[in-house]
Amino acid sequence: MNRLFNLFSTGAGVPGPFWVMVRKEGGDHIRSWRFMVMLLLILFTFLGAMYVSLSNIRRVVTDFNDPDHVFVYLKLLTTSDNSLPTFYIFISFLGPLLGIALGFDAINSEKNNGTLVRLLAQPVYRDNLLLAKFYAALTIVGVLFLSLVLLMIGAGLLITGVPMEAAELFRILAFVVLSVIYVGFWLSLSIALSVLFKHAATSALTAIGIWLFFTVFYQLIVNMVVRTVLPDPASLAPEQVVIYNNIILSWFRLAPSQLYTDAATTLLMPSVRSLGPLTMEQMAGAIPAPLSFRESLMVVWPQVTGLVAATVVCFAGAYYFFMRREIRT
Amino acid sequence: MTTNPIIELDRLTKSYGTKKAVDHLSLKVNKGEIFGLLGPNGAGKTTTILMMLGLAEPTSGQAVVCGINATRNPVGVRRKVGYLPDSAGFYDNLTALDNLMYVGRLNGIPEKDIRSRARNTMEMVGLGAEMHKKTGAYSRGMKQRLGLADLLIREPEVMILDEPTLGIDPAGIREFLMLIRQLSRQQELTVLLSSHHLHQMQQICDRVGIFVEGKLLAEGNLETLAGNLFGKDSFVVQVSLREPLTAPVEIERQLLALPGVNKVSITEGNVDMSCSTDITPDIVRFFVRSGLNVTGVHKKEYGLDEIYHRFFEQNTKKYILNEQAV
Repeated sequence: MNRLFNLFSTGAGVPGPFWVMVRKEGGDHIRSWRFMVMLLLILFTFLGAMYVSLSNIRRVVTDFNDPDHVFVYLKLLTTSDNSLPTFYIFISFLGPLLGIALGFDAINSEKNNGTLVRLLAQPVYRDNLLLAKFYAALTIVGVLFLSLVLLMIGAGLLITGVPMEAAELFRILAFVVLSVIYVGFWLSLSIALSVLFKHAATSALTAIGIWLFFTVFYQLIVNMVVRTVLPDPASLAPEQVVIYNNIILSWFRLAPSQLYTDAATTLLMPSVRSLGPLTMEQMAGAIPAPLSFRESLMVVWPQVTGLVAATVVCFAGAYYFFMRREIRT
Repeated sequence: MTTNPIIELDRLTKSYGTKKAVDHLSLKVNKGEIFGLLGPNGAGKTTTILMMLGLAEPTSGQAVVCGINATRNPVGVRRKVGYLPDSAGFYDNLTALDNLMYVGRLNGIPEKDIRSRARNTMEMVGLGAEMHKKTGAYSRGMKQRLGLADLLIREPEVMILDEPTLGIDPAGIREFLMLIRQLSRQQELTVLLSSHHLHQMQQICDRVGIFVEGKLLAEGNLETLAGNLFGKDSFVVQVSLREPLTAPVEIERQLLALPGVNKVSITEGNVDMSCSTDITPDIVRFFVRSGLNVTGVHKKEYGLDEIYHRFFEQNTKKYILNEQAV
């Protein structure tokens, strides 16, 4: 970290342009109305989800049929009585909005205000600007999620008095990291769109369009296509049904929200041992017991990799278009 | 003229497809000079400036500023050169002082000096009273001043201002240009201005270059430019008379007989004469001897206006000739 810091510093205690930009972007976000609105939205859904899970926590942790009943804090994040979705489901569709809100006008508004060319005439590298915008927004998201989750742990500790296990803490921290990566994907997508489109409104609408497509239409389309292309599952042999389900699942997993909910479920519910259908042979001899943290991490690894890869692709796209662009007013 | 070029452009070319925005431009600007890049809109002035800053890549040729190649080391150049774009924007949600301090920080000014330096710079450009206002509330003229402050806080060696007078009222323009001149003289700054306003450039530039369709047609100070261009017709004398001439043809013949007079045009009570040498006294004597009532004599000195028009005239002529040749 120290070496990384030096990379962006001019030495003698003067922060390099990268950190100056990060500081300014972060300050701008925190003072902006749109962040306030998103913050309130997330805070309210968090409080709502917590209220529901806390009022059901007694029932859930005494349910001895559930192998996860010992994990009180994980239950706080995953319990619901179906009146409200759980917090991670909320994040799976509010996270994209947060990422889009923080990134949709990153470059084009600067360009339209005439600040971009003035900024780039300073002794700064062009990629540092993109990186600073990404880093600043992601830091804020990280701090937001981390503080929410720590608040939840604190409240849970006060209310239930149950000490926390290390595995639970790791799982919850891994969930925070996962959520930040998920928001990071949408952030880098919206930054890429802000480089591509001239008007902030266009890039915002495009980003929201992509988000809507993945949350609403994508599953419908996949189901429709699969139903017309593949034979009716009722007429298939059991092994073929497994293949059939796997095909549908792998198509679903092209949607980032699916990757996120898959990974979040596995991390927050230790008894989830596979994200695909399991055959009877695979299940034979398996004891319904929670997985260790490391094993859960192994299960979600492809999902996490997918999300990171999608983020990197979007960011690389933004980088590619931005570096080639001639900046003029 | 000393040969100490701080900006050196060598056959700089930028093409967009088949169109050449800048065409083999070679130019030298010396240290401490105020150079005006003059040309109509779309002549390639901004493109040239962007290439000098390494914000655009030249198709061929090179730009060397402060001894640094702008294409290979753009950040190095930008450390020494301040650039004010033609419509510089500021972060409207920040105060002017914060905007200035941000630029200062980006340029690595230590945190303990930054506030005092930003304040001093604001005072220098005459915005001392308005430094805590948000820039969203700034007028166009104030923004230009803030833009100048933005350059000065970096203590650059070269300042490049792209159309700095655009959108300021006439009084503001004069004040702004004088401020640039004064600052440039005080701090021995090299200043490169681009504009299509001739009179404004005339007020402050040591040297101008006329730039049309990506080519530098001429450069030099105003006298040499006028001399080069107008050659034998360098002086124009206009005489106003109280009554319209009764025998214009006769007067014209006699005037043309005077040594040095090349062209005479008579309209009502005004007589315009183009001369190769300054013979104003002889002309006045002639009118007085002819018994005409002279109400005014005006010796026209060539301003950039005339230079400019002359260039366009020549260019259109060339253009028409080329067309015919095709």
